[in-house]
Amino acid sequence: MINFSQINLVWLPVLPLVVIATAAMVVLLVGVRVDDEESDGLGWLALASIVIALVLALGIFGQSGIAFAGAIAIDSFSAFFELSILIAAALTVLMSLDYADEHRLPGAEYYSLLLFSVLGMMLMATASDLIVIFIGLETMSLAVYVLAGLLRRDPRSSEAAIKYFLLGAFSTGFLLYGIALIYGATGTIKLVAIHAALTGPLLSNPLLLLGLGLMLIGFGFKVAAVPFHMWTPDVYEGAPTPITAFMAVGVKIAAFAGFLRVFMVQLGPASAAWTDVMWAISALTMTVGNMLAIVQSNIKRMLAYSAIAHAGYILVALTAGGPQAGGAILYYLLGYAFTNLGAFAVVVALERRGAAGDQIADYRGLATRQPLMAAAMAIFLLSLLGIPPLVGFVGKFYLFNAAVHRGFVGLVVIGVLNSAASAYYYLSVVVAMYMQEGGFLEETRRSRPALVAAIAIALIGTVLIGIYPEPYFTAAGNAYQSAMSPEEVHAATAMAP
Amino acid sequence: MLTAIIFLPLLGALLIMMQSDERTVWNAAFVFSLVPLGLSFYMLWQFRAGEAGYQFVEQYPWIPSLGISYHLGVDGISLFLVVLTTLLITISLFYSAGGDIEERAREFCFFVLVLETGLLGALLAVDLFLFYVFWEVMLIPMYFLIGIWGHGERIYAALKFVVFTMVGSLLMLVAILCLVFSARQHLEHITFDLPMLYQVPLSTTEARWLFAAFALAFAIKVPMWPVHTWLPDAHTNAPTAGSVILAGIMLKMGTYGFLRFAIPLFPEVAVEAIPLFMALAVIGIIYGALVAMMQPDLKRLVAYSSVSHLGFVMLGIFAFNIQGIDGAVYQMLNHGISTGGLFLLVGMIYLRRHTREISEFGGLWKSVPIYAGIFMVVMLSSIGLPGLNGFVGEFLIMLGTFLRLKLAAVFAVTGVILGALYMLWTYERVQFGPITKAVNETIADLNGREIASMVPLIALMLLMGFFPRPLISRIEPSAARLLERVNVAEARLDERRHRAALAATAPRGLDSRILKVAAAK
Repeated sequence: MINFSQINLVWLPVLPLVVIATAAMVVLLVGVRVDDEESDGLGWLALASIVIALVLALGIFGQSGIAFAGAIAIDSFSAFFELSILIAAALTVLMSLDYADEHRLPGAEYYSLLLFSVLGMMLMATASDLIVIFIGLETMSLAVYVLAGLLRRDPRSSEAAIKYFLLGAFSTGFLLYGIALIYGATGTIKLVAIHAALTGPLLSNPLLLLGLGLMLIGFGFKVAAVPFHMWTPDVYEGAPTPITAFMAVGVKIAAFAGFLRVFMVQLGPASAAWTDVMWAISALTMTVGNMLAIVQSNIKRMLAYSAIAHAGYILVALTAGGPQAGGAILYYLLGYAFTNLGAFAVVVALERRGAAGDQIADYRGLATRQPLMAAAMAIFLLSLLGIPPLVGFVGKFYLFNAAVHRGFVGLVVIGVLNSAASAYYYLSVVVAMYMQEGGFLEETRRSRPALVAAIAIALIGTVLIGIYPEPYFTAAGNAYQSAMSPEEVHAATAMAP
Repeated sequence: MLTAIIFLPLLGALLIMMQSDERTVWNAAFVFSLVPLGLSFYMLWQFRAGEAGYQFVEQYPWIPSLGISYHLGVDGISLFLVVLTTLLITISLFYSAGGDIEERAREFCFFVLVLETGLLGALLAVDLFLFYVFWEVMLIPMYFLIGIWGHGERIYAALKFVVFTMVGSLLMLVAILCLVFSARQHLEHITFDLPMLYQVPLSTTEARWLFAAFALAFAIKVPMWPVHTWLPDAHTNAPTAGSVILAGIMLKMGTYGFLRFAIPLFPEVAVEAIPLFMALAVIGIIYGALVAMMQPDLKRLVAYSSVSHLGFVMLGIFAFNIQGIDGAVYQMLNHGISTGGLFLLVGMIYLRRHTREISEFGGLWKSVPIYAGIFMVVMLSSIGLPGLNGFVGEFLIMLGTFLRLKLAAVFAVTGVILGALYMLWTYERVQFGPITKAVNETIADLNGREIASMVPLIALMLLMGFFPRPLISRIEPSAARLLERVNVAEARLDERRHRAALAATAPRGLDSRILKVAAAK
């Protein structure tokens, strides 16, 4: 017997989700009647829906509440993540317009799958019970599995899809099993209820601990933390480049949204159980990611390992915990979206059909042939490296600052040494572009305006959010606190400066 | 005012990127370096001598949620370094336009001007976060200058430079964060403002670790022996203007960092570390001089002489008396002027002969007399001949060192002698004797632009050699204020040591009463 009065159906806050879902289906339906060569219109349609959703998501800021019988959380936390995801999606669509043309991708499938995965991501960001998180994760993942294999004539793409699918399905199994065990231990799947239940003897309940461990593995796979990162380089290399970018940014943001809400916000009381493990995973992720990035000669693989390393930096703050760390992670992900998508957009611009142009050696002499493109790439790479005043630096600064304030100095030292080591591989691309001659990308294809726009937007974000971080950082901090219970916010603000 | 000095070069850099004509680019870059030079002279003129605190202060909130503000100021320690920076940048650009840089002039000017912004910002920032931002900003343009316009192993040298500096500065970043965290606990609010952070009481262990991190970052930049290995590579392979800026200004960032941050933030640890730093400085002085003597390459020789000269500066700083610190700041300026001059001269001869091997030269006095004459003045200034600027700084440093630790002064004096030896010997091999290589007979003497680049430096050498007073009187109040902090710390440290010694020697049972009496005294 369902008591309908408990299910308060608030439509406005979920409107962004509705818009994206509708658009995905419309694109698919309209797409049946559109040739593959003329997929641009579908792309613009997708972009329009994303922009509408973006505007609607802005409206959620500052609201608080729970809808759909506790399944959906309406708070600034969701809004901030939705915003980051939608920005990532918009930039991905902008760079796809060029790429889909060049590689003759089937537009209907491509854009509708992209929108479906965005839907899954947004669902993960707004979910407030474990099952909805799972549904979001699956919606996102299934769409991305297919997208990774969309270059049907390229065996690397098929390999990527199969690998991603098998390992992804495997990891989802872990997550689901973890959810089941936690349900067994606490008797609920609602995050808030779990949070309230985590007291006293339950904290050392083996069922709960096992469940936590399994969920950690599940999320670890999705954010590509070491030792659950094996799939990343192959998948990133084989997938169509805009999809690689989308995986490196969108999937990561969404996975961290779930990770953050489950572990930092709601399982905070049980942090003693997972802090040490997380410490080790974080240190490993940074170190392995950076070390392996150094030896890469393919730029997509290099960026894949760099993405692993960046997940490691974020995990530093996740290990530390606390509202300051939460705000720092939100800010970092926003900045990371602009910077990393920008770098990938440049890769898309230079890539040719048949996978030519994705070696770092191909970037030789780019600064003399295409000075603006080279300058943009240099700025994105320097931001990833963490050079002030770019957003990559400020984000890292916030992450490490939060960790130091919680006493994790050792982990931060590992983090900064890794940052210094990363100079080697980020600068190797800069070296190729500015300090070496040759490279075989002699014929210059004019980049389409959409792609140039994507790079320009990413560039503006990278510079602007870095130079004047205050409003974004404040918004991120408030967003994080909006996900916490009122008592906790009170306790935290009493402690904070 | 200070904002204008810092950001005009950046504005110029951005405007230049929209120009395509090479001539316009050089002229515009020159103008955009000239305006900050003029402003810095105006600042010098307006600076109130005899005051220790910051002047021309600007402060606006930047990231209030973390207590970070855009806080600038200039005092006696940074005042002349600012002028030196604007001057050397202007000279570098002026000289480079004369044919030293032929490719990608626009990018070259862009990076030099961005570098100027970074350098000036780091000198004028009074907020730790702001300082760190500028400190890192100056790294990248220098990386490009070495990597694109350098010679030989330029890419390796550039990367080594970046990685060395980054390791040091990132560990310093962690130390900054730890310091701010302690500040938050003691001051009850979070701040990155330097004067506020001076007030934070730290435990001894904490202070030692933090000092170690700061000192490492700055020691790499100075560079002190044994973390100097990036310097010869970077210098030798950099273009002339790069070497001038690197030696003339960037190395001073290390010593300046000690004076502004490492020492006043952790005065007690700094006092404890006197023997260590004096030893490292003396090793650097003698090692640098010996290695310089053995170099077959002129530029490498000058590079190693920098290791030796910066050793003197460190010695003066860690003497912790007014002579030592005055001398150290003075010597920082001297080194910028004379070594900057030497690098320019080496660049000029390289442009003519495309070699820097000392054995390739000989008898240049006959074919290029103006060059040889200017070289002599600059060399004598570097040696520290009385009447030229180098003497004043070296003398003050030796005096200060002697007052602090006689043994260090004794060893350092051998460095002075060795310095004279290798410079004079080099001069003899390059300029005197018969012309052994036929090509050397026909090389052209300095042209107008080259002479004009050297004239301001020579003038300063004479001026600062004969009239040190106007400079010292502006440096001294700030140096004295720094010293005040150090002396208080030293007294505290002595007292603690004294008590510890008493506790160790006093018989058990009696000690508590004796300690109380001792403490009362």
